[in-house]
Amino acid sequence: MNAGRAAAIILTKEVRAEFRARELLNTTLVFAFVVIVMFSFAFDPTASESRRFGPGLLWIALLFAGSLMLQPSFAREHANDTLDALCLAPVSPFSILLGKIAANFVFLTVCEVVLLPVFAVLYNVSLLPVLGRLVFVLMLGTFGLTITGTVFSAVAAQARMRELLLPLLLLPVLVPLLLAAVEATAGLLADTPELQRTWLEILVGFDVIFFTASWLLSDFLLEE
Amino acid sequence: MQNDWNGSMKQSLSAILVGALMAFAGYAALFIAPDEKTMHAIQRIFYFHAPAGMVALIAFTVVFIANIAYLINRQPRWDWLAVSGAEVGVAFNSVVLITGPIWAKPAWGIWWAWDARLTSTLVLWLLYISLLLLRTLMPDPNRRAVFSAIYGIFLFLDVPLVYFSIRIWRTQHPQPVILGGQNSGLDPTMRKVFWLCWLALMGIMIILMRQRYKLERARHELEELQLKAEEISADARDSAPRAIRA
Repeated sequence: MNAGRAAAIILTKEVRAEFRARELLNTTLVFAFVVIVMFSFAFDPTASESRRFGPGLLWIALLFAGSLMLQPSFAREHANDTLDALCLAPVSPFSILLGKIAANFVFLTVCEVVLLPVFAVLYNVSLLPVLGRLVFVLMLGTFGLTITGTVFSAVAAQARMRELLLPLLLLPVLVPLLLAAVEATAGLLADTPELQRTWLEILVGFDVIFFTASWLLSDFLLEE
Repeated sequence: MQNDWNGSMKQSLSAILVGALMAFAGYAALFIAPDEKTMHAIQRIFYFHAPAGMVALIAFTVVFIANIAYLINRQPRWDWLAVSGAEVGVAFNSVVLITGPIWAKPAWGIWWAWDARLTSTLVLWLLYISLLLLRTLMPDPNRRAVFSAIYGIFLFLDVPLVYFSIRIWRTQHPQPVILGGQNSGLDPTMRKVFWLCWLALMGIMIILMRQRYKLERARHELEELQLKAEEISADARDSAPRAIRA
């Protein structure tokens, strides 16, 4: 079986499991929504301030939500030792990882689709004129977040205190991604919207570097 | 026994040598290096601030190499080297983060600025603190070695991204004066004192890493002995009832 097909099967399995339980998506959505609302109480931004702080707020909410949502990705397999069974399947470890990354990417994208309009309404930001480019930035950022988050969730699943550990492992590594994503989004929401090349390059660089690294290291990550 | 004695002899000698080098470097930084035009005496902290940053980066590079080597050949000594490098690197990184604000207060008038170099040094520190934290939460030695090696490789790949992105984000720190291109430069005496201090700190790094490595090796041996002792006592428990029956 080739890697792509195996990954697609894992993806289907993850989506089906999530569709049956519907735990992860609901929790993450409510959490991200609460962050967005709390922010308004903490800073009480005026209209112009919310345009200035909006991009940062959006990405902080997504990163926090992601670091909570990705945690069960491998920890859930530990509950019934299903990871061993998964690793026994005659497919490459990378396709298992790829399937998981794809599934998490889908889950986070669903969250974003719901959150984005809410965010736009609550903070009076008009997203429609720049929607295409904004989606592009969101996809690049979400992809980087899911690659590192999925790999680190496999790492954290082996440790004690894993629920607390994933954000600690993940957030410092995401500093370049956060900077680039926030600046690119801020450029799009400015009075004269523009998509800055440098920040796009950093986002693409982040995605490419960590995607390659997880491809190279997947054998070690899932060997046990 | 002879070997042990030779080893500890060598160890004390190298410690004395590095101690003398460090004392001379301190003297040179305070008295030999010429006075700086605008900052005067306070600038002398530079001779330990900047080299400590370089030494920390070298230690983290050692961690990266040890991580890759461990994943390839699975010898525990690479894991010992990785943890030694990470701890010593964090120590030197802390020196940079402490001497930085001490210097910034008189020179810039503020303790901390979110400028490029300061911020990336802080993020670097956070990254490797997470690595050390991860290690403390994994009791099984083999898993700890494998998973912290994977995480360590990801961290090191993140370092250039952190530097680039933060550098574009903002810059207040002086442009690099060491290895910083044509128009940057130090007075020749300052340069010599700088590299002397760097050498002394490198010596300290090597000594610390060697001690930490030995400690990790001793811990590993202890763990193995404890496992063996448990096996023996388990065997004894299993065979005891039979002995009574006989």
